[in-house]
Amino acid sequence: MPKTPGPPHLGLSRRSLLGTSGAVGAGLGLAGSADAQQTGPELAAFNTAQITLNVNGKRRTLNVEPRTTLVEALRDDMGLTGTKIGCNQGQCGACTVLLNGRRMNSCLILAITADGAEVVTIEGLADPAGRLHPMQEAFAEHDAFQCGYCTPGQILSAIGCIDEGHAKSAAEIREYMSGNLCRCGAYPNIVAAIESVRDGQEG
Amino acid sequence: MRNFDYHRPADMSAAIDAARAEGAEILAGGTLMVDLMKIGVREPDALVDITGLADLEGHDIGMDRIRFGALARMADVADDQTLKTAAPVLTESLWKAASPQLRQAARLGGNILQQTRCPYFRDTAYSQCNKRAPGSGCAALDGGKTNLHAILGGSDDCVAMYPGDWAQALIAFDAEVHTQGPGGTRTISFADLHVMPGDTPQIETILEPGEIVKHITVPVIPALKASHYLKARDRESYAFASASAAVGLEMEGETVRDVRIGLGGVAAVPWRARQAEEHLKGKSLTEETARETGRIAFADASPLEGSEYKIKLGADVVAGALMTAHARSQGGE
Repeated sequence: MPKTPGPPHLGLSRRSLLGTSGAVGAGLGLAGSADAQQTGPELAAFNTAQITLNVNGKRRTLNVEPRTTLVEALRDDMGLTGTKIGCNQGQCGACTVLLNGRRMNSCLILAITADGAEVVTIEGLADPAGRLHPMQEAFAEHDAFQCGYCTPGQILSAIGCIDEGHAKSAAEIREYMSGNLCRCGAYPNIVAAIESVRDGQEG
Repeated sequence: MRNFDYHRPADMSAAIDAARAEGAEILAGGTLMVDLMKIGVREPDALVDITGLADLEGHDIGMDRIRFGALARMADVADDQTLKTAAPVLTESLWKAASPQLRQAARLGGNILQQTRCPYFRDTAYSQCNKRAPGSGCAALDGGKTNLHAILGGSDDCVAMYPGDWAQALIAFDAEVHTQGPGGTRTISFADLHVMPGDTPQIETILEPGEIVKHITVPVIPALKASHYLKARDRESYAFASASAAVGLEMEGETVRDVRIGLGGVAAVPWRARQAEEHLKGKSLTEETARETGRIAFADASPLEGSEYKIKLGADVVAGALMTAHARSQGGE
């Protein structure tokens, strides 16, 4: 698992045009076009920047405002709606994705800061033949959800939990899954699902 | 969220230049900055993303001092088994903070500079907050709920609590903060970094515009090895401290030769209980002396309505942390 983020290539950037009412008006609904005076994914007209992400193994290029969060880019710009927005404040974990191999709350990551990064979402876990990831299988097998809204985040977080070596006991799993809330209260089954994947990997 | 300019400088001098501009703020892990921007508490004109400054990454454990880069991640440092053995208080105060996902994103420089979770500071529907809007008053002291507020170090203008955990270990063990800014480099004693609220609660640290934390060092002393971070909270995991203690002990036979006590969840700034430390030095460590020490740590506390519980709880937490540190000094757990 890579432990360091990929190298984004943003240089010094500046806002251009924004602030003149004409430019803002003209920019409505338009993605920013590159400023001829700048190179690379700098902030261009209408304060957007072009970034490239590797999402579930596919290279995706998109224009984002600095304020666009990663979860918004995934859901609204790329149509990957498997990643959920719960609290939108980094408290509930529904938006958990793997960013350069680390589990993170995508609602608190600005997409522009993830330029060049590898992102894994729930859509990227099954293999090309459509076979589910062992953690997805285990959640189904152990009935580790009811409404399912928190489940994508739970599953990505659970994969991180095992990768980090923090699934040695049920107590440790509970501690290291505390950033994923489940209002249906499926916690015992979530812990059981994670234990089964851990034991499967050991075997 | 209001939009803003984004800069990602490639070197320190460019970062300082960008960060010193009026309205600019430094961005690292962003776990709090992005949160505060979403709720309208912070509205910077520009964010200066310093995560490209590779010199600020990582941490290393030397013979004389432990160095933490400002961009080291909470999760990576918390999981360092060598550090866990050498200085348990420095890993325990990290893994008992926030959630696993937040610890993967959050960096240590931002961790020590985190802002209060006072509900009135965070909710712009309350117009009164001297920290957010200087001179506007304090909604907590004006009939608000004060059960989560500071009982040490607060003022008539602000009783917001410093929420961090790791900082309590840093202040207890004489950490230093190494910075670089427009005026050059400097080394700041951790105890001098944060500023008491007084009548200017909007000023939280002595850092100047454009001054960037590069790394944090902790001198290696015997009490680090027999140290512990005990954190009491409303639920078992993923909550701010109701009261916490970062402690360390150096014993000489049955006698306490050195003791360090930092207090979390109770004070306006990272807090060191020096009077309590002095009380325990030269005594034996028993449950009785540990409890006395805990009570002394809160002798000067001024509880607010609803926060009286922190005095008893805090004293118990100090005593409990000292007992664990003592067991560790004897080769236990």
